[in-house]
Amino acid sequence: MTKLETQELDRDSRAPYREVGRSVPRLEGAAKVTGSAEYIHNLRVPGMLHGKICRSSVAHGRIVGIDSSAALAIEGVHAVITIDEVLTLVANPYYGPAFHDQPILAHGKVRHVGEPVAVVLAADPHVAEEASNLVEIAYEPIEAVFDEVAAARPGAPVIHDVLKPAGMFTDLKYLQGRSGTNVALDARVRRGDVVRGFAESDRIFEHTFRSGKVMHAAFEPIVSVAEMNGHDELTIHSATQSPSFVRSEISRLLGWPENRVRVRTAFLGGGFGAKLYIKLEALVAVCALIVRKPVRIALTMDEQFYTITKHGATVRIKTGVKNDGRMIARQVETFWNGGAYADIGPRVTQKSGFTAAGPYDIEHVALDNFAVYTNEPPAGALRGFGISQVSWAYERQADIIARTLGIDPLDFRRRNILREGRPHVTGTRISNLEIPGVLDLLSDRMEWDRPFDRGTGTIRRGRGLALGLKACISPTTSVAIVHVYGDGSCAVHCGTVDMGQGSDTVMAQVAGEVLGIRAESVQVLHPDTSSTPYDMGTLGSRSTFHMGHAVRMAALSVRAQLLEIAGRAFGVDPTDLACCDAAVVCGDGRRLTLRELMLERFAMQAGNVVGVGSYAPSYEKANPETGQSPDITPFWMLGGAGAEIAVDMETGRINVTKLVNVADVGRAINPSIVERQLIGAAIMQAGFTLFEEMILIDGQVLNASLADYKIPGFLDLPEDLSAAYVEIPHENGPFGAKGVGETGVFSPAPAIANALYDAIGVVVTDLPLTPERVLRAIRKAEGRPMEDD
Amino acid sequence: MAQVSMTVNGKVRKRNVDPRVLLVHFLREELRLTGTHIGCDTSQCGACTVLIDGRSAKSCTIFAVQADGSAITTIEGLAPDGQLHPLQEGFWEEHGLQCGYCTPGMIMAAVTLLQDNPKPSEREIREGISGNFCRCTGYQHIVNAIQYAANKR
Repeated sequence: MTKLETQELDRDSRAPYREVGRSVPRLEGAAKVTGSAEYIHNLRVPGMLHGKICRSSVAHGRIVGIDSSAALAIEGVHAVITIDEVLTLVANPYYGPAFHDQPILAHGKVRHVGEPVAVVLAADPHVAEEASNLVEIAYEPIEAVFDEVAAARPGAPVIHDVLKPAGMFTDLKYLQGRSGTNVALDARVRRGDVVRGFAESDRIFEHTFRSGKVMHAAFEPIVSVAEMNGHDELTIHSATQSPSFVRSEISRLLGWPENRVRVRTAFLGGGFGAKLYIKLEALVAVCALIVRKPVRIALTMDEQFYTITKHGATVRIKTGVKNDGRMIARQVETFWNGGAYADIGPRVTQKSGFTAAGPYDIEHVALDNFAVYTNEPPAGALRGFGISQVSWAYERQADIIARTLGIDPLDFRRRNILREGRPHVTGTRISNLEIPGVLDLLSDRMEWDRPFDRGTGTIRRGRGLALGLKACISPTTSVAIVHVYGDGSCAVHCGTVDMGQGSDTVMAQVAGEVLGIRAESVQVLHPDTSSTPYDMGTLGSRSTFHMGHAVRMAALSVRAQLLEIAGRAFGVDPTDLACCDAAVVCGDGRRLTLRELMLERFAMQAGNVVGVGSYAPSYEKANPETGQSPDITPFWMLGGAGAEIAVDMETGRINVTKLVNVADVGRAINPSIVERQLIGAAIMQAGFTLFEEMILIDGQVLNASLADYKIPGFLDLPEDLSAAYVEIPHENGPFGAKGVGETGVFSPAPAIANALYDAIGVVVTDLPLTPERVLRAIRKAEGRPMEDD
Repeated sequence: MAQVSMTVNGKVRKRNVDPRVLLVHFLREELRLTGTHIGCDTSQCGACTVLIDGRSAKSCTIFAVQADGSAITTIEGLAPDGQLHPLQEGFWEEHGLQCGYCTPGMIMAAVTLLQDNPKPSEREIREGISGNFCRCTGYQHIVNAIQYAANKR
């Protein structure tokens, strides 16, 4: 740490803050309520063509012919692009953040229903759509495999002949080239001796839990527009969460330097992980280069079901406990259904996989995680990166163990949680994580000590709670620039994408706090790789911590320069000055506003004072054999949820009457935004818990529209819905803050299912908890199973 | 092609349109009023909600030719004099939005809700606006935003 930083950190610890901790209304609020906020979906470029994708109708097959003649005969159709045209431009047309496995358009074979095979381009989107139905594609079917456990077995149909690791991200460097298997990655963690642990256990519990496939359903469709600038430069306007990655990957595909590819974005109409890495960007880029015209492709909602999903997962969990309720051994095997292309699945597998023992202090642990290819649509990141699939298993089983041993579920957790300073199963010590505090707050909000009426008739009631642990992704880099312009106004240039989480407002608060100006007066520029510096991506709850840190460093540099200018003007040492109320003030009462300081420095309204900050936390990669690392994450995240439910014994329908979400947030930079992130995440996860499920048969999604795939609405809202958090500042966070975007999804599913278990004692192992599944479980428990069970 | 004429945000707009053009496409593509959003394509999400002759409706459910002769208000027409409508204020003040994509439609639906029921209960708000979806907020603060506007009127 530099001397400046140490010194300024001391200064930062001088609370109270003025900007940090204030519920600043969103900077972009006026634009969003008046319909003037910019989204890429609204963008039209002169001379632009619209692309409509022709998609595979089979799950696994060789392409034996593509006949575009009927489509080309339609008036207004400009071109039909297939892989043959792409290959004239890009010799190796495969992309992906983990493996280079996904072709820009199907190349010889298709691996899932809905895979893009051709694109029709026309000036009128309706013409493109009509013509897309006329492209004839002939397939020779290949045996397909859909179940993640079956696909991992030897002898299963192999979906990719050879796997080539991408080699870009540091945390994915361990991926290896493979062939003859659908297992893209097996990630393991070993601690202690799990065989001995089970031998020493008084009781052993074994279960298999499943999570179905669900999808993001962000309302702004996935959309990208590409256009040439001059002879050899390309601009891609994209609703992307990762503009820097898009630039790197498009540059690599084209063999161009990054400075000829510009990627910009605007506000995103939701992201939730769907808009990460490459989605349509490579396709619009090659189309624009081939036809030398701007090209726009926007997906419909039904196409998004075939583009990216959350991982379905099968989790086998075996736990050994002592009669006093201490867990001493745990073995977890998780099969992640990655679909036909890896996308970021290997990271989901590894990062969530190593947390599969939960926030518990267990001596003997063995975790095995398999990223498995299947012939279903690709799976990637979805808010929480796989945490909710593993917490579904370990928190559901926790209540089964607790009840069997006759221990209260809260008490059971208290006996087992990881305490500060104890090693996590990866070997990294738990630090700056308030697990006991979250449990206490949860207990308080749930009034856990009060008697609870479970009912007797048709409607029964129950309550449950659950925890979920995540390690923030590492190592990643964020860079930010802070400007003070000639008139004293301030702007932040950063690559964090505001997709609704409120990052613009939070970054303005961070810069404002350091520079002594109101957040409302700070301009936050939207990502444009030609003017905003590198950021790894807006994902994994990393932005407030990483970009917040970079913005803070950049602002500190600006502050040092402003104090220097003022010090010269006042004839005092800069360390005797402070930034406050949009001015630099001296102990004797003299002050210069930022505008006056700029005049002082440049003699007229001119010039810039520029500060650059960058942040990349330390990291030590895990030993591939044992999963052990002393420094696996820059910060731990913990979420807790409590639920009260009423269940109808005749219909199996669950009504969640109370849902509380609690998190350890380090410090809430904007309390209102933090609270709303937690509540929004909880309701999204409640949808995944109670009814959201992609119904797939032979790789076809039977409910690929919001008409058939129901997401939570106003009427699904629990009567009592709230969020709360503990604030113990993280020693490395900007002003102590940690990320919070995902925390609210970690634990609602097991909390609701634990409440069901509390109400009527039935175990449902598969998500979602549809009335049908619940009713079947009730009937089975009553000894009168449904006829087809 | 068919000729349509409608009053949009107080101005008469005449155009020749393809009969298959939906009202939402007409507003967005012909008039470039892009505050009316497209989300789901199947009339579930409500991001495209506008007022047709003073009543909220999903503009993806009707063709532009069906709106011939109608008066349409979009989110851009809700605060013509630059003064925010109480609902617009409410959504901003109460943090009733995150990504903002559903917000214009949500606000337009709430306009009709408050016309019909100026002092709705929380339950009445939830029911009255249940035709609109939001993926970010968890709804609670949208309800608060509408209550804010109801109390302000």
